[in-house]
Formats: sequence, C-alpha cells, structure tokens
Amino acid sequence: MNTYYNPEDLKKFGKIGELGANELAQKFFAYYGEVFKEGALSEREKSLIALAVAHAVQCPYCIDAYAVDSLEKGADEDMIAEAIHVSVAIRGGASLVHGVQAMNKVKDITM
Amino acid sequence: MKTTKSLKARGEQLSDTMVQLRVLNGKEIMEEQFPLFADKLKNIQLFPLQPTGIDIFQVNVGKMCNQVCAHCHVDAGPDRKEIMTKASLERCLEILSKTDIKTVDITGGAPEMNPHFRWFVEECSKLGKKIIDRCNLTIILANPKYHDLPEFFAKHQVEVVSSLPYYSEKRTDSQRGEGVFEKSIKALQMLNAVGYGQEGTGLTLNLVYNPSGAFLPPGQSSLEADFKRQLKRKYEIEFNSLFAITNLPISRFLDYLIQSGNYEVYMEKLVNAFNPVAAQNVMCRNTISVSWDGYLYDCDFNQMLELKVASPKVQHIDDFDIEALNKRSIVLNQHCYGCTAGAGSSCGGETV
Ligand code: SF4
Ligand code: SF4
Repeated sequence: MNTYYNPEDLKKFGKIGELGANELAQKFFAYYGEVFKEGALSEREKSLIALAVAHAVQCPYCIDAYAVDSLEKGADEDMIAEAIHVSVAIRGGASLVHGVQAMNKVKDITM
Repeated sequence: MKTTKSLKARGEQLSDTMVQLRVLNGKEIMEEQFPLFADKLKNIQLFPLQPTGIDIFQVNVGKMCNQVCAHCHVDAGPDRKEIMTKASLERCLEILSKTDIKTVDITGGAPEMNPHFRWFVEECSKLGKKIIDRCNLTIILANPKYHDLPEFFAKHQVEVVSSLPYYSEKRTDSQRGEGVFEKSIKALQMLNAVGYGQEGTGLTLNLVYNPSGAFLPPGQSSLEADFKRQLKRKYEIEFNSLFAITNLPISRFLDYLIQSGNYEVYMEKLVNAFNPVAAQNVMCRNTISVSWDGYLYDCDFNQMLELKVASPKVQHIDDFDIEALNKRSIVLNQHCYGCTAGAGSSCGGETV
C-alpha cells in the first residue's frame, strides 16, 4: 500500500544529502547534533521539548523518534504525557488568543 | 502481558536455548540476520576475545524466585526448582580458598531462597572475600524467615545490589509484577535502617536500572542523580550507586521482543550502537560464572544460553583450573551486542 508517510523512510533521513545540496545537509546534521547535546538544558529536557514540538508540527517521524529518545533519556510516561499537553495547551491557547482579535473586530462593528 | 509462570513451565519453545540461539541467528521464528558479533570484534582486532583474569566468581545458586519478571534472562520463578546443592557450594568455597579471586557475586533467581545461602555467605565472609548479593528486595518481605536479611547482610558486610527499574510504581510493576514497587520501597527502607546506603557505615547498597521495554538505558550518571533526588524526596531512601543495565535479547526478554513485534528494531538498535570501547571492557573478561549444577560459563547470559566455557577439559567446578581458564577464548554470539551498545553494560552497569 502506498502512503505518504513510511516508517522505513526515517532511516533514510541521514542520506537526504543524496538528493542534492549535500553540503547544506551535512551542515544541518552537524548543527542538529550540537543542538541536542547537554548544555544549559539537559539532554532529557531537550528530548521532551523536541517531542512537544513534534506534536505541534504533527511530524510522525519526529513523534516516533522522540518518544523513544525521551525514554532513552530517562523520561517516563507521565513526563511524556505532560510534554504533549504543553504542546496541546500552546496550540489551543494560540487559537483561543486569536479570539481576542475576533472579539475586537466584533466590538468594532457592533452597537 | 502479565507473566505468572516461567517459559519453561508454560512449555514455550523459546525455553529451549537452541531455539533462542537460532532466533538470534535468523534461523527460526525470525528471519532477519544481523552482522556477526564475532566479525565486529575481528574488525577491531579483539577476536578471539580473551579474559584478562578472574576477579569475580559469580555463582548462580538457583533459578527459584518469588518473582516472575517479564524481562528475566534466567527465566526464573517459583516454578523453577533448580537449586545448587551444599556439596557444590562447598566445592566453590574450596576454589575460593585456593585462589586469590577477590569477589564472590551471588545471584539467582532469588539467591536467598537457596537453603544453604546464609551458610555460604558466612563461609565466604570467613575467607575474607568481598561478597555481593543480587537481592530482588521483595524477598525480604516475602516470608518472616527473610525479614532479618538486612541485619544478616550488614553483619557480613555484604554489598547489596538490587533492581529498581524506576522511581515510579507504574514502570516498576509493569516489569517486575504487581505490588513489587511498594514492597521494594519498604525493603529499601529496611536496608537503610540498618545502615545500608548511609555515609560512613561502609555498607553498600547499589541499585540497578534496566529499561522496562525495547529501548536502551539513559546515561548512568544523570539517571543516578534523578533516582537519588526522587527516592530521597518521596521515600527518604538513600543508596550508593545506580547501575544502568541494557536488557540482553535472551530468554523472557527475547520472548517479549518477539511477541511485541520489537525484535528487529531492538537488535538493529544494539548493532548500530556497537561501541569498540565497551567491547574492550565486557565483563566476561574478568568474571567466571557458575551454574546451579556446577558448570562454568563466561557470564550469566552464556549460562542461560547453555554456552559452556570453551576450555574442554575445564567446564565444571570439579575440574576448576584457573590457568587453563585464563587461556580460554570467550564464547560469543549475537546476544553479546547487548553488552557493547552505547556506554556498555555489565553486572556493574556502564563499562565506558
Ligand atoms: S529478574 Fe530477578 S527477581 Fe525477577 S524473576 Fe528474574 S531472578 Fe527473579
Ligand atoms: S554476553 Fe557474556 S560473553 Fe557476550 S559479551 Fe556479554 S559478558 Fe561477554
């Protein structure tokens, strides 16, 4: 069955440079590796942020990858669930806060 | 998946070690073949793998256990009756008295269920050996006759090494059985009460983390800090070190991997995480493992796969010969990838 998303494709991510612009791909991966190293934030915090963002951008590859990575960085189910709820809250909040714009507009044009 | 019986008692084909080895080599149940572990060692000039000596004498005193953990590499449980006899334990003591092997590492099953356990510890103590007991914690509460184990351990300065897969109930119980977390916490508090894990007492309490599923363990030091903080905050528990251990794809964990559809992905993960430095430091290089019936193995995993040491004339405690054993080549197979992934894994945790 053909689908746009295929779990096997995640393994090919590292070879994206084969498409072209290999130098840019390599720079991206070097940068990517640096980003996730322990710094002011721990590796676990970064992994959970990545998981939350993955849910916000709804990337199935990143969700799979960072669900596993979070566990391998010592997170448990509650931490993972809370990270996802942060994403949900921000997405929901971002919609709702636009309600202010609607509210303003409605006020502008109503008596 | 709740396990209440060993693979053996359930009559599962995987309880046959030949079947396990065939699975690992893509010849039965699973078709996927992975690069040979031995070839990986050849690439780094580490083949044949040889011991550096024998520092640790690990005795598996029996497969009987009060728990039936889902990942158990021993396939232990209450239904397993294999127990080391006093005669074999005596033979082990004789070996220990005649060699300068410093550490006796007692494991099982629940080693304390061997009726000669206390006597054996006392005798090892008289020999001045460092004694490690791999205690599953819940045994301490399983029966009044075990309630004084903490005092007994303290008396003989036994280093206690205990599994606690996580500082939460859900994770612990999903791997080790319902109610195990609560009992483990109680047992840890009892050990603390007699001085274990407390500064200045010299009584060492180490915990073992291993993943409750098909993933690799986190870095040991950051996890240790988490465990220390959380166990202290929630339960006033203290301990010395945390060992992060990788689950090897054998026995009940192999069964779990196959049943849950995670086998290929997990093996691939182990193979991709092969670390040459960890390979240098695998525990079989300084350990000898003895089974309940007195046979010798390179490690507890090889023991559970029935891969005896490759020194044909010395395969049993009755023929123990340290010189000959030091010249042996270690028996390797695909499960060995579990010891060399990432930061490495041994009975003492990370190896890198
Ligand atoms: S892992 Fe340890 S405590 Fe659990 S069943 Fe096996 S021997 Fe018993
Ligand atoms: S499984 Fe045993 S023989 Fe294989 S590398 Fe690990 S300790 Fe050595």
